[in-house]
Amino acid sequence: MKTLAMISGVAGAVALLAGCAGGPSRSEAEYRQLALDTIKRDFQAKGQAKFERLTADDVQQACNAHANTPPADLVIKLTGAQLSTIKLPADDKYLGDWKEGEKLAQSGRGFTWSDKADQPAGGNCYNCHQIGPQESSFGTVGPSLLGYGKTRGNTPEMQKYTYSKIYNAKAFNLCSEMPRFGHAGALNEKQIKDLVALLLDPASPVNK
Amino acid sequence: MKSRIALVVALSIATVGPVAAQTKDANAEFEKFRAEMEESSPAELFEAKGEELWKAKRGPNKVSLAESCDLGQGPGKVEGAWVKMPRYFADADAVMDGERRIVWCMVEKQGFKFEDIAKKPFQGANDNNAPDITNLVTYVASGSRNMAFDVPMHDPRVRDAFETGRAMAAYRAGPYDFSCNTCHGADGKRIRMQNLPNLSTPEGAIRGVQGWPGYRMTGGVMLTSQWRMNDCFRQQRFPEPKYASQAVTNLLTYMAGNSNGQMYKGPGIKR
Amino acid sequence: MADPMKIRAQMKGDVAEIRILMGHAMETGQRKDAAGNTVPAHFIQTITIDVGGKRVVDGQTGTAISRNPVFGFKMKGAKAGDKVIVNWVDNKGDKRTDEATVA
Repeated sequence: MKTLAMISGVAGAVALLAGCAGGPSRSEAEYRQLALDTIKRDFQAKGQAKFERLTADDVQQACNAHANTPPADLVIKLTGAQLSTIKLPADDKYLGDWKEGEKLAQSGRGFTWSDKADQPAGGNCYNCHQIGPQESSFGTVGPSLLGYGKTRGNTPEMQKYTYSKIYNAKAFNLCSEMPRFGHAGALNEKQIKDLVALLLDPASPVNK
Repeated sequence: MKSRIALVVALSIATVGPVAAQTKDANAEFEKFRAEMEESSPAELFEAKGEELWKAKRGPNKVSLAESCDLGQGPGKVEGAWVKMPRYFADADAVMDGERRIVWCMVEKQGFKFEDIAKKPFQGANDNNAPDITNLVTYVASGSRNMAFDVPMHDPRVRDAFETGRAMAAYRAGPYDFSCNTCHGADGKRIRMQNLPNLSTPEGAIRGVQGWPGYRMTGGVMLTSQWRMNDCFRQQRFPEPKYASQAVTNLLTYMAGNSNGQMYKGPGIKR
Repeated sequence: MADPMKIRAQMKGDVAEIRILMGHAMETGQRKDAAGNTVPAHFIQTITIDVGGKRVVDGQTGTAISRNPVFGFKMKGAKAGDKVIVNWVDNKGDKRTDEATVA
């Protein structure tokens, strides 16, 4: 009864994108402003996701305004400011418990309007990264971290860098896709140490 | 005279809990299952209810949508309407996607209150029935089955909605600095095992619109593209887009516009 | 009032392909609602299918089947024009009968 003609008209779509009469009538910047106005008008708070979340901070603004590649001077200024937000552990110890880190890396909880505000957030790590060799369900938005410690070495510098990167990725790459877990208050000192251990501890499966 | 009747192949009953796709094989298996299910898609049950609702005289004004609602192809005409939206509607002076337009008709023609429709516009996981608006959307969408998307991009007002939607998709904010494009702006990305369409390309955009409205086998619920936009923003850690708002229309214009020329297969089946 | 079924019945060579889509909640009786109360079991208990005046399926079903079930099978011995009559009864006594013709 149903015709199952699977005719894909990709060629037509390409032609349309390339040669359509009547292109955009405003500049990119104007559309960005229109988009922002629309978002501020047409969104509403829900659960823990308050309206204020829609306001971009200085880093987000810089990335939004420059299609994620802001000019060098702005990048230097803002990454420097982000670097100064990082609170390093007072005890100067960076390696926590990799087993706890693995649990955290698995959890994708936190900060959505359907998450309870008082519930701790997970690390969301496997959503975007390959990490431990035993987990085949991993995302590819970020690079693979398999063998992270083995290839980089479990040095004090690498521990400090890894801690800092998880705490605030924007201190190293201003428009990185990675959330600023410490800066955002998603992960605390102990949790970040556990994740550092997952990545660097020679006993962690990541480095086996 | 006893003709022997043999059951050659026994039943295939759809019983689907949460499908944990662990491997590529699991994905392929699911695709096979989904294709099989589309032959008898439960979406058809919702289409049938939607058709009844479309033709019934309803609301304080006791008129039917079939006689009063113009989806752009003439009053009551459903065939081919879905793939030609979003479009500009002069009577509302706005670019509207299909769901927003039907809501507009229910309010303006039938006299329903917008607040009543917006109060619970999506089928919840524990609800046996989908809201009327979901059934109506499913019916209207089924009228464009196997037709190519033909969003009127030459209309400057539609173009504005498209470009604004494109800019919205790039807007980063919230505790995790996410935008739509964080997940849907590049080719070949995944969250866990879930493949993420790149909505800026025709190949990706069609994947974003062709299966909606869709019947989600997990929970057995019928959901619309408005719901899908909502769930994206939930995972983006954003607040919620208001129901049937311009914001949602803009994003759907971006996706449907990028899908122009490609076929809409009709209300689909989702994991 | 139960929703109508969708029935497709088609000859493919000498085999009839029959697919039935039923609209039903198929509550397991194990689920709790938002208030924490158990949602009572509500499911299709028996299905009978007659093709060309003969009973070809007389089955019992339970709560392991998902909401809005699809029931499909192939059979020999049917021919175009045969009437397909499907009947289900659920555990609350609700019932529904629909028919179609083999094409």
